[in-house]
Amino acid sequence: MDYRLFTRSVLLVTEKNMRIYYFKGGVVIFGLLFPFLMFLTFFIGRNLDLILFFPAFLGMMLFFSSSSTGPLITPWEKRERTYERLLSLPVTLETLILGDILSGSLFGIAITTVVWGVGSVLIHLPLKNPALLAVTLLLGAFTFAALGTLLSSPAMNNPSNVMLLSNLIRLPLIFVSGIFIPLSQLGSWEWVLTSLSPLTYLVDLFDAAINGNAVYPAPVDIAVLLVVILVFINTARLIQQYNLSKGI
Amino acid sequence: MDVIEADNLCKSFGSFTAVDNVSIAVRKGEIFGFLGPNGAGKTTTIRMLTGVLTPDNGSARICGINIHDHPLEAKLRMGIIPENGTVYSDLTAEQNILWTAKFYGLDSVSRKKRADEILSYLGLAERKDDIVRTFSKGMRQRICIACAIVPSPPVLFLDEPTGGLDVYSRRLVIDTIRRMNDEGSTVFLTTHNIEEANELCTVISVINRGKIIATGSPEKLKRSFDKANYVEIAFDQAVKREWFSHGAISRAEPRGDKWRLYTEDPDLILKYCAALAEREHLKILSIATSTPTLEEAFVQLTGGG
Repeated sequence: MDYRLFTRSVLLVTEKNMRIYYFKGGVVIFGLLFPFLMFLTFFIGRNLDLILFFPAFLGMMLFFSSSSTGPLITPWEKRERTYERLLSLPVTLETLILGDILSGSLFGIAITTVVWGVGSVLIHLPLKNPALLAVTLLLGAFTFAALGTLLSSPAMNNPSNVMLLSNLIRLPLIFVSGIFIPLSQLGSWEWVLTSLSPLTYLVDLFDAAINGNAVYPAPVDIAVLLVVILVFINTARLIQQYNLSKGI
Repeated sequence: MDVIEADNLCKSFGSFTAVDNVSIAVRKGEIFGFLGPNGAGKTTTIRMLTGVLTPDNGSARICGINIHDHPLEAKLRMGIIPENGTVYSDLTAEQNILWTAKFYGLDSVSRKKRADEILSYLGLAERKDDIVRTFSKGMRQRICIACAIVPSPPVLFLDEPTGGLDVYSRRLVIDTIRRMNDEGSTVFLTTHNIEEANELCTVISVINRGKIIATGSPEKLKRSFDKANYVEIAFDQAVKREWFSHGAISRAEPRGDKWRLYTEDPDLILKYCAALAEREHLKILSIATSTPTLEEAFVQLTGGG
């Protein structure tokens, strides 16, 4: 394989997604406004320790922003009939999937970095491990952008249906991932439940990087997220490959 | 040298066989027409040739590169106008072309120069900064064509490129195909428009029910249907079909106020019609013989669709 061609193809798909999809209503609402409103709903007026809860808020922000462009792209392109032409360009299914994930990741990283910056200034957020924070941002963005791309993979050409499906899956996750109750305060059955959510490991990594508190060792969190990325990408590839073989 | 090669391509969707052992060889510099009725397997074939669809069996090569083993390398050598594809309506005409050109590795100066040249040729230079959403169907199709030809590809695939276009846009598409062919591109064209194929193509393959049933130059295809010679005759009164029951008439078809009599021996049928007119006291209003058209060859080949 020519890796230069492969990389160019991924970056051009990313460029197209950034130009077209970043400012679509669904992305702005579910990627930006929604997590912010969730934060306001749960934290304002409740005298909670913002520094303690900020890693969870950052995790929620990265989760929603990274996973918001992916579900929109493929259904939108199928509806607009640009998907067929896109496939005829020098791209492969893999470069399309990676381009979609990269654009989702960059969106998530940009939004979350701004939120972290504002948080650092306003509430004097600590930072115990800057390198781990950078790794967490990259890894978390990629994980949930991959989830977004996976959610767009079923054969649908109606973006609102896919957004609905993606919210059906994303919303319950924020309640079982240590966002509203710190992981260290969970009971045993809650512990089992949260361990099934990949968002838990992202929140834990943010907590380790910012406050120096973590429930799992950082290598465990990182390993889980890497495995989840591989599972999401390969599942998306298999579903999209199946759809293409069926001509849908 | 064959620049498009397909060996025994097969594709089924469930129990429906869309393409059944299709083999194609298109030589460099040809304009190859792929004709067939709706649902014959044209688009499925072109989608397999361009790497959009994976065949169940068989292989395809573009400029000697296997499209399924090396899709990126093979796709770099082709420009495509898909039947159901369109350009991004949220981008401007120029942005669509420049973005497409980047895939083919054109540097920024060449991209800009080529985009300006193509936009000017396609009559869109003044609208280059307009969002495509504001364009008519014909203008969008022109942007699709611009994107397909921007890298000056060695191979150009066009799937029904003139479908639904007005006469001016259609003419522009045909001129662009000719121009690209003159500049060295090999063209693979699917169309429903027989006249268009007759006018443009150097070689035609006819596909029906997933199988290629004939291949040759338009003239060769027409000549292979000598039985489709006919006599067209109009009488001053209504005539009965059974009056045309003659051993040399293979088929008699009413065509408005005329009858078309297919025969291998038009001279014999002319004499027979003259005798018939005399016997039945008819007056012949018009009579003409004709060699078959490509359309008739197509209808014969595909069994009327």
